[in-house]
Amino acid sequence: MTATLAGTAAEPEVGRARLRKEDARLVTGRTRWTENITVPGMLHLAILRSPHAHARISRVDTSAALREPNVIAAFSGADVAETQGTMACAWPVTEDIVLPIYRPLAVDEVRHVGEPVAVVVARDRASATDALEAIEVDYEPLPVVLGLESALADGAPLVHADAGTNKCYTWVLDSGEAGTGKAVGEAAAAAELTIHRRYVQQRLVPASMEPRSVLVDPTGDEWTIYSATQIPHILRFLLAATTGTPEHKIRVIAPDVGGGFGGKLAVTPEEWIAFAAANRVGKPVKYTESRSESMVSAHHGRDMIQDITLYARRDGTVTGLSVKLLANMGAYLGIVTPGVPILGAFMYNAIYKFPAYRFECTGVFTTTTKTDAYRGAGRPEATYAIERIMDELAAELDLDPLEVRRRNWIRHDEFPFTTVAGLEYDSGNYEAATEKAMQLFGYDTLRAEQAKRRVAGDPVQLGIGVSTYTEMCGLAPSRILGALRYGAGGWESASVRLLPTGKVEVVTGTSPHGQGHVTSWSQIVADQLGVAFDDVEVLHGDTRTSHKGLDTYGSRSLAVGGIALVLACQKVREKARTIAAHLLECAPDDLEFADGAFRVRGTPTSAKTIGECALAVFAAHDLPDGVEPQLDAEATFDPQTFSFPHGTHLCAVDVDTETGAATIRKYVCVDDVGTVVNPLIVEGQVHGGVAQGIAQALYEEAVFDEDGNLVTGSLADYTVPSSADLPEIVSDRTETPATSNPLGVKGVGEAGTIASTPAVVNAIVDALRPSGVTDVPMPCTPERVWRALQTARSGQEVAA
Amino acid sequence: MIPAAFDYLRPTTVEDAVAALAEAGEEAKVLAGGHSLLPVLRLRLAAPTLLVDLGGLPQLRGVRTDGDTLVLGAMTTHAEVAGAPVVVDAAPLLAQAAATIGDRQVRHRGTLGGSLAHADPAGDLPTAAVALDAELVLAGPAGRRTVPAREFFVDYFTTTLRPDELLVEVRVPALPGWGSHYLKVNRTAQAWATVAVAAVVERENGTITQARVALTNMGPTPVRAVAVERALAGVPVDAIEAAAAHAVEGTSPASDTTASADYRRHLAQVLARRALTAAAGS
Ligand SMILES: Cc1cc2nc3c(=O)[nH]c(=O)nc-3n(C[C@H](O)[C@H](O)[C@H](O)COP(=O)(O)OP(=O)(O)OC[C@H]3O[C@@H](n4cnc5c(N)ncnc54)[C@H](O)[C@@H]3O)c2cc1C
Repeated sequence: MTATLAGTAAEPEVGRARLRKEDARLVTGRTRWTENITVPGMLHLAILRSPHAHARISRVDTSAALREPNVIAAFSGADVAETQGTMACAWPVTEDIVLPIYRPLAVDEVRHVGEPVAVVVARDRASATDALEAIEVDYEPLPVVLGLESALADGAPLVHADAGTNKCYTWVLDSGEAGTGKAVGEAAAAAELTIHRRYVQQRLVPASMEPRSVLVDPTGDEWTIYSATQIPHILRFLLAATTGTPEHKIRVIAPDVGGGFGGKLAVTPEEWIAFAAANRVGKPVKYTESRSESMVSAHHGRDMIQDITLYARRDGTVTGLSVKLLANMGAYLGIVTPGVPILGAFMYNAIYKFPAYRFECTGVFTTTTKTDAYRGAGRPEATYAIERIMDELAAELDLDPLEVRRRNWIRHDEFPFTTVAGLEYDSGNYEAATEKAMQLFGYDTLRAEQAKRRVAGDPVQLGIGVSTYTEMCGLAPSRILGALRYGAGGWESASVRLLPTGKVEVVTGTSPHGQGHVTSWSQIVADQLGVAFDDVEVLHGDTRTSHKGLDTYGSRSLAVGGIALVLACQKVREKARTIAAHLLECAPDDLEFADGAFRVRGTPTSAKTIGECALAVFAAHDLPDGVEPQLDAEATFDPQTFSFPHGTHLCAVDVDTETGAATIRKYVCVDDVGTVVNPLIVEGQVHGGVAQGIAQALYEEAVFDEDGNLVTGSLADYTVPSSADLPEIVSDRTETPATSNPLGVKGVGEAGTIASTPAVVNAIVDALRPSGVTDVPMPCTPERVWRALQTARSGQEVAA
Repeated sequence: MIPAAFDYLRPTTVEDAVAALAEAGEEAKVLAGGHSLLPVLRLRLAAPTLLVDLGGLPQLRGVRTDGDTLVLGAMTTHAEVAGAPVVVDAAPLLAQAAATIGDRQVRHRGTLGGSLAHADPAGDLPTAAVALDAELVLAGPAGRRTVPAREFFVDYFTTTLRPDELLVEVRVPALPGWGSHYLKVNRTAQAWATVAVAAVVERENGTITQARVALTNMGPTPVRAVAVERALAGVPVDAIEAAAAHAVEGTSPASDTTASADYRRHLAQVLARRALTAAAGS
């Protein structure tokens, strides 16, 4: 029997624009989210949060709350000081980093508005919320610490008094010292041109559609924890490590998760508090945050001041780059807070052959919500600064921005290329992506229109923005993570088991929360094992079935987890080959795996599919000697290097010089993410990523007032754009396969966010450059654009 | 967030609704589309003990004409105001303003009466009502009274409505032959106005005979730009630019996270010019 198979050589599954298997349930919501899981006897938790940015807690009295209807328990941080554990930072980037004690429930001091102070556990959520009003807390306000530079000034009030400083760490990468390039000092001395800029990466809120939610069930001889998290495996490990709970007694389940964007690359105080509450009452306890709580207490992203200096020759060749960062940690350190800017350290040199580079980052504590990973984490910031300043170089030399880039970028025949930051880029073709993007965009035509409108003095000016980016993702080679003092490795695991009917169950250590792994993984397995796409099931996000994994973030799932899956499939195939050979009465070497089956070389009709082998294994009546009756395999993959997607994004913006409103008229991106498993999913990732990058450029900013209150604490004030605000995104690709993994794939989850922000802002500045504008701070709101114009015009008048 | 507990009533006659309000006094709140009230309750900025839901009063919903007057029920949704042919025909400004509100969900739940009663200075319909010299009909225990839109809005979120009164009807005089335009700048498509301008213009042979201009979010209530109107009486269309410069007179815009007062003042002039030009040109 030869079955007809989807994944035949003629039409492989990898590369097909398959609709996602997950979509029906995710789009309709008819699935399991943490919030809609109810277990018997379940109680509800509500959290009282600090209204002060910095205060000593002198008294908490929960006794009145205990008398409210339906209330089972009420307690404060002091009540569980010994048992609640601590929140861990997994990335102490330097030896002398300040690692403050971070309690889930504040015990004697609060350091940002929204910090948890006390809780109520009640029979229903409304009663728990009502009873919060009966808790009495006395605060003695302490001075707030908000600005990054003022926090470092002598005599500044301290966020953590016992640390004696608001400086968390200073981390340096110097190509001269590291031996990866020359010293920047030499470049500075010899420079024909020096350009210095200060850019501010405003604070952003990840704002996934589903807020955070956790249910802790201590029933029986174990703890079952449901959480809307990106990282069930890491949650299990850290809960065990910080509370002393035996790891094998903890089961973590991330059911369907409604987005994360790094916001759920976190273990949260709320998870620890729910755990403490469930243990205290001996019953299951659920907590789901409101949007307001989410905005103020879930971690934020970005928030850096970048001082960047470019040294160049007048022919446009950059000779050196120096970057000094101040990065806002917020009040505490989340699991990768200090490491986020460090992920950017390797990316300021971007796609260019700069010979000298120095990077220095100082992390700073403030009395604000902590920061941590947000889509791109460090790399969007780096890409923004370098792509903005490359435009300034072009303007200075009166060159086209693409020409300046061309004069500095790594040519396709120069790969593999070791950069000044010490990374080896395996492959890329910046010329091809740029050429294709220019064609799709109609670059020359738009430049001609721009010139016309400038001459005509049109109140609506056209700007053209360029961003030629690369990024490092596929986190990550374990030994490099170790060298960077990250607490864990970066491998990923997969296992594959054949069921007797020929269906396949895959278990992955990645933890999708909207990325469509079930679909992409099915496509990979279909090709690897010659089974139908629909015959593959992918299990994830439950530490009992997926016992090993490092979860999903840093565009790692396909580039690391997908490779583990390929390796596991190959093991299964080799096992099956022995069995097929036995059934076909030939030697294993006589078989080739072609068109979805093992075929006897030269007699292709003599064949066995994997499914037939699986049935034979199940019966086990006739197996070769020494062969176990199972067709399962597990594999773990630890990459040797990062993955380096790249691309060229071009953006045309109409800027109304009277109102300051910037409207994106055309957006073209050509991304090179290597081999594409599913073009539809890739396009979706690019679209969503570009949308979030545009959001940073034009719309979003988390703002605190002088008392440290988050004034953009709701979705009415924190303006997340909707589809109505976004342009049509023309997305295309070049495909330069990665040479660092057998599939040739690169990550795509963050690329759009990394690339798009500078493309948009470059376009706005380009539109206004004839008026003397050289920068508009993000987000480029109509008012900020208008003000930049006013300032530049009055400057020009003064000069004239 | 979860609102504090409240009682809920869904009367089927206006009289019952008014009686319930009169009995409960300040502790009661009227519920229309809920799109402004529910956020307030959920954030516990208000904790009324009784909600009187107008959803059971179909007599308050719909649009009709009464001679030269367009009559809109208070429970008519924004989507209905934006789409009803009689409104588009007799008061296109109102339809246009309603169409800019929030997003589809908001327009299908939010109501004309709720929008006026809520009196948010950034609301679009209050401005349109003021520009069109609409009249609001209020029903209370002692019967009905009619208040001109210009007198209805008192301060931020404050109107002349008494706690025991319902807004039942909005009457808009038709302005045959007039041109109109509503122009709004907002941060995102579904955000409230940073500033908006409503312009209604009567022309005769290239001359503006009279104009009415009202501004959104340029003070605690909708502002009638009287100085602009005065500058436009009996002048040629090309006088609009100079007249629009008066748009800031009598305004007191706020500075907030969306924009500064300065920028709002600048925007009011630009938008007044553009809205008037569009209204005069159509
Ligand atoms: C996301 C979002 C975006 C929005 N964007 C805009 C916008 O761009 N422009 C804009 O103008 N509005 C906007 N709104 C507000 C929207 O128009 C509201 O629907 C409107 O302001 C209130 O109408 P409602 O029917 O929902 O009233 P409710 O929320 O039910 O009531 C509002 C207030 O009016 C009172 N009230 C309601 N009806 C009556 C009545 N008949 N008699 C007496 N008192 C009454 C209530 O007691 C309450 O105090 C937005 C709302 C949301 C949620």
